[in-house]
Amino acid sequence: MNKSSSITTGGTFRFGLLLLAMPLLLWLFLLVILPHVDLFLVSMRERISYGKYEFSLINYIEFFAEPLYWNTYVRTAVMSIFATALTLIIGFPVSYYIAKVMRGKGKNVLFLMCLIPFWVSELVRTFGWMILLRESGVISNFLQWAGLADGPVEMLYNDAAIMVGLVYTSMLFMVVPLVSVLDSLDDSLIEAGYDLGGNAFTVTRDIVIPHAMPGIASGCIVVFMLTLGNYLTPNLLGGKDSLWFTEQIYTQFITRFNWESGSAFGFLLLILSSVIAWVGLKLSKQTLSETVG
Amino acid sequence: MADQFDLECRNVVKTFDDFTAVNDISLAIPKGSFFSILGPSGCGKTTLLRMLAGFQAPTSGDILIKGSSVLGVPPNRRPVNMVFQHLALFPMMNVAENVAYGLKRRGVDKQTIAKKVNETLARVGLPDAGPKQVNQLSGGQKQRIAIARCLVLDPAVLLLDEPLGALDLKLREHMKVELKQLQHEIGTTFVYITHDQSEALVMSDQVAVMNAGRFEQVGAPQDLYYNPKTAFVAGFVGESNRWTGTIGSGDDNKVEVILPTGGKVLAKRDVHMPLVEGQNVEIFVRPEAIAIDGACGAENTISAKVENVLFNGAASSLQVRDVATGHEMTVALPQTGAYASVRAGDEITLGWTVENTRCFAANQSGAWA
Repeated sequence: MNKSSSITTGGTFRFGLLLLAMPLLLWLFLLVILPHVDLFLVSMRERISYGKYEFSLINYIEFFAEPLYWNTYVRTAVMSIFATALTLIIGFPVSYYIAKVMRGKGKNVLFLMCLIPFWVSELVRTFGWMILLRESGVISNFLQWAGLADGPVEMLYNDAAIMVGLVYTSMLFMVVPLVSVLDSLDDSLIEAGYDLGGNAFTVTRDIVIPHAMPGIASGCIVVFMLTLGNYLTPNLLGGKDSLWFTEQIYTQFITRFNWESGSAFGFLLLILSSVIAWVGLKLSKQTLSETVG
Repeated sequence: MADQFDLECRNVVKTFDDFTAVNDISLAIPKGSFFSILGPSGCGKTTLLRMLAGFQAPTSGDILIKGSSVLGVPPNRRPVNMVFQHLALFPMMNVAENVAYGLKRRGVDKQTIAKKVNETLARVGLPDAGPKQVNQLSGGQKQRIAIARCLVLDPAVLLLDEPLGALDLKLREHMKVELKQLQHEIGTTFVYITHDQSEALVMSDQVAVMNAGRFEQVGAPQDLYYNPKTAFVAGFVGESNRWTGTIGSGDDNKVEVILPTGGKVLAKRDVHMPLVEGQNVEIFVRPEAIAIDGACGAENTISAKVENVLFNGAASSLQVRDVATGHEMTVALPQTGAYASVRAGDEITLGWTVENTRCFAANQSGAWA
């Protein structure tokens, strides 16, 4: 931790710097690095008998041997990518409208309206969706009242319900970076695009989106990671068959009390999110520092 | 008949709520000329330009490009292109892509685009700039690329919105000459918006002086300078000493103006300007029209005390105060270097002719800034 620097500017200075960095270093070490190292070590052992463990790759082998596990794993990844794409498609026009079309007070009001749902917990918001979508819920009753359905309609416990919940939960994390990046786009660039013969489509494709790319990338990474690691929404809106990978981890730790297997799954999820984020950055030709900074 | 004008405005009005930004403007710009619109900030010149480009629609009136009305034609279909105030080069593209942008939108094939881009870059003197990134260019180079990006499309009219504003003084002086030359070579009609009178005077064939949404005067730069038609033009174009006073006695050629401080100045009577005794007027005298000591037939003579010598090479001047009235004046020093020995505190005699003293009815609106 006390890395020796080639530039010696006096012990006091270095001590001060260390003191300033201490909260960050402690946080990183105690809450990020240490648990992960431990998790890794746990995942690499096998329980032989009571209190006896041996080094083994059995937990990882089990994951690949059991189709349910890696099917869930792939399904979670694909659904998360889809949810991220959907959030982007819905969030981009919203952000463009807030950043470029609205002026003055209306802009702040709209932005606040995106923020307001986040004043209550995710649990409450998800229950809100359940009230709307369940068999005896608002939409089902409305459809029956309007004569469009003969009996109660169940809209919960399917993939579409999961998707709705995930997109709703993630929207703010897409809109915030997009609004800030679009705000920084000079209006005259858009006007110049039109002046030189562009139409709405080509100006968006050639000028607005390339400019917004860092915001798009950072929004997508945040939304993707939140979605991939989400437990509550898939579980509540998707029910028992939602097959989300976080549920597998939960089952391993809590139901089966198999910490070794749960740790391995946790690590696999970490690898998955890192790899997909990395591929996403490569595909969009962005760098991590550019996206975060 | 209409074909000889690249751009025409007929009684164009633009109002925002209860504010009139552009008030009944008519103009006709002949083919291939360099036309400037000169005015202080907030006079409506940018609004006018944006209407020409198509970003705003006039409240009433008509805009014609090459003889046909473009009302309701969106900016991307008008045969005009605009050089923006901050140039608005696309930072996500390199120089060649910036120049090629408009051609691509027209669906021109790749070979022709490459050829035209190279030709245009050569025309603005940057033949090797194509692969460069926009942020690698200097201010003056960016300027030329912004113009090249428009010229490659062969617009009927090129609109320029104070494009020199962001440059430093030396480069601005240089670009003025360069723009003028470029316009002369390519022969495209330029409409240039500026608040800087020297830009307008140096570059233009015709200048329209705009104030509070109206054209005060349209004419050649020399015309505006030597024969201003309104007090605003006299005060805005070039340096002037300015007094306010009331009309006293006079004849067909000259009038006597009585200053509130008690002095009297003889001013030329303009045939177009009805002036009656007792009327409030403003009078203007150019600093270079005032002769020091050599009262060679000057009708107006005063003695003044030098307060400051502002040496600036050929543009040197004296700040003096009229001994009798206490009025402050600026007097240009002759470029020959005569009177180089004048120091602050000296008392000198100043004289100027009736011919060089312009008299206008006082501006009622008080919008003169």
